[in-house]
Amino acid sequence: MSTGTTKLDVIVSDVVPVNELVTRFHFRRRDGQLLPTFSGGAHVVVEMRDGERTRLNPYSLMGSPLDTREYTISVRRDDVGRGGSLFMHRSVRPGLEMVISYPVNLFSLDLRARKHLMLAGGIGITPFMAQTAQLAAEGGNFELHYTCRTASLGTYADVLRERYDRRIRLYHDDRDERIELDRLLSTQPLGTHLYVCGPSGMIGWVRDRAAALGWPSETVHFEHFAAPQPGLPFDVTLAVSGKTIRVDEQQSLLEAIEAAGVDPPYLCRGGVCGQCETNVVSYDGKFIHNDHWLSEEDHRSGCKIMPCVSRFEGRSLVLER
Amino acid sequence: MGITFRKETFRDDFTFKNSPEHIRRFPFPFHEDAYMYAVNIEPHVVGPKGSVLENLIDVDEHYVAEMQDRALVLAEDPLRCQSLPHMTLAGWDLLELLMEQQALGYPEHFTLSRDGDRWRWINRPLGIDDTFTFGDTSTLPYGPMEYITRQSQGDFCILDQRDGNLWMDAGMVTTQADWSLDFDIGMNFFEWHAPVPLAHEKGIFVRALKFLTNIQQGKPARRLNWTMTINPRLDTSPENYHKWGPDRTTVTPENVGDKVHLRVELQSFWRLPRSNGIVFPIRCYLIKMDELVTQPKWARRLHRVIRDLPDELANYKGLTRYRPTLVEWLSKLDDGSPTSPGFGPD
Repeated sequence: MSTGTTKLDVIVSDVVPVNELVTRFHFRRRDGQLLPTFSGGAHVVVEMRDGERTRLNPYSLMGSPLDTREYTISVRRDDVGRGGSLFMHRSVRPGLEMVISYPVNLFSLDLRARKHLMLAGGIGITPFMAQTAQLAAEGGNFELHYTCRTASLGTYADVLRERYDRRIRLYHDDRDERIELDRLLSTQPLGTHLYVCGPSGMIGWVRDRAAALGWPSETVHFEHFAAPQPGLPFDVTLAVSGKTIRVDEQQSLLEAIEAAGVDPPYLCRGGVCGQCETNVVSYDGKFIHNDHWLSEEDHRSGCKIMPCVSRFEGRSLVLER
Repeated sequence: MGITFRKETFRDDFTFKNSPEHIRRFPFPFHEDAYMYAVNIEPHVVGPKGSVLENLIDVDEHYVAEMQDRALVLAEDPLRCQSLPHMTLAGWDLLELLMEQQALGYPEHFTLSRDGDRWRWINRPLGIDDTFTFGDTSTLPYGPMEYITRQSQGDFCILDQRDGNLWMDAGMVTTQADWSLDFDIGMNFFEWHAPVPLAHEKGIFVRALKFLTNIQQGKPARRLNWTMTINPRLDTSPENYHKWGPDRTTVTPENVGDKVHLRVELQSFWRLPRSNGIVFPIRCYLIKMDELVTQPKWARRLHRVIRDLPDELANYKGLTRYRPTLVEWLSKLDDGSPTSPGFGPD
């Protein structure tokens, strides 16, 4: 693929089940060299060659940025997703050669912050693993509030507690423990920055409450983990390259465009970075917009689509690709 | 083997000169017989041997003299080097980048050895051999950015990326074309570009910012910019305008060839890995008209570019006062024959 970031040839050096849903994967460089340095919050795009199909999914790097002998990611199994996480869980074994992208950070720490207040939900814990390691090494001031369904699904909660003790607060849904968000947001020292990563509902809730309580938007940082959703197959005409393609049920529109040999730019593949924004030439049907990039007005206009996460249902769709 | 470093000055008696090899490798910035702003950004990849792009961080025969001139500027005005408190990590990123690139490109002059956090840096041209702990500022005589940029040609701006914008939060700026770090420190991309004419109307800065905030690690980019300077002065800062501004009134038909210099900036853009900032090295190359016109194609083309430059641009670049004298002088070297495409000499 000519677009996107520079690629790294890696080998899977370890596969470690963490709990019933999450497995951790370790990558080293095939040539034995160190991997590129990265910053906490960065992700890599993992290329999965699954028979005929290539999937490219983004995962946060969760190791310490101080150790570049290997990269680690954690993948939560999604039994009703498009199959990327199932491929990772079922088919990726130590010794497998894979290709990943250079790290890209779209969820960077604001290094001016006097304090970093972090809120994680479920697998949204992964970018905070790297960020806390980075901050701890520099003596940074942070506090992490982590919500999980049950103690056994509290991925890395034990590791974090052991490393950072009382700087980590845990909340378990099955014990009806809830973050007292308003109190938390109202009692922070001046110069605190807020970071949230987790399910969409949690991000929306935290952003709304922060805004209502007077937090400036520049101090509120969030990362959506919007995986492309499966849906009904649909046909698309690519006007510039003169091709007509079919997007399968388990395929994203971006993947289908790439499979046809057309390479739009991309970075996040999760509907946030804006790189793959595509103009619509004409359509007859209904868009299913799943991105966080385009404005509501753009969504209503029918003029643009983010092919990494959004889909279409209807009679015809022509894109400027 | 290696570079023969010239003994020369960029002030007072102005003994700066380019050797014949350095004239041929000069990064002439005009690929056609006219100039207008464009987002002329391309990937910063290694170029032909013998060009300024042979290495991604270029070291040339002026290295030692430029570093001496920088030390003089800093002694008079320490505010040419500033780093806001949150930018120290980015300073370490820059130190790593410049040490790695200089050692890679010029092993006979620079050596970097690492044992975990314990680093040893040998800079033979400047007679430096330091061992320090990477990440521990107490083990270096200056902060990491100042330490390495006292040993690297060109100005360096380190930009913090946040809120979808870039912020000029650190830099070493002593070889600038009339702008001031002390004035711009803490400003965002649109604020510090506010004085540039015409480009705002063309939406250039909006597109340029979008491009820059998406620069990825391992994929640096570059562009060329240019202006003209009277006498080979590296430090043409607003702070010292009283020293160099009046030079513009001294150009006569007799001294154009010696006094008037084309000043080209090779600007590159790199994502920094630990801080997620961007470093923006601005490397300045100077060439006097007498040296430039030894390449007939450049003489013809420069004549046409300067003659036809829109007045707003000529004014912004500070050429207005001596432009007629320069154009008249260059016109004698332009027989009207066509120039070949591309930047290089024939």
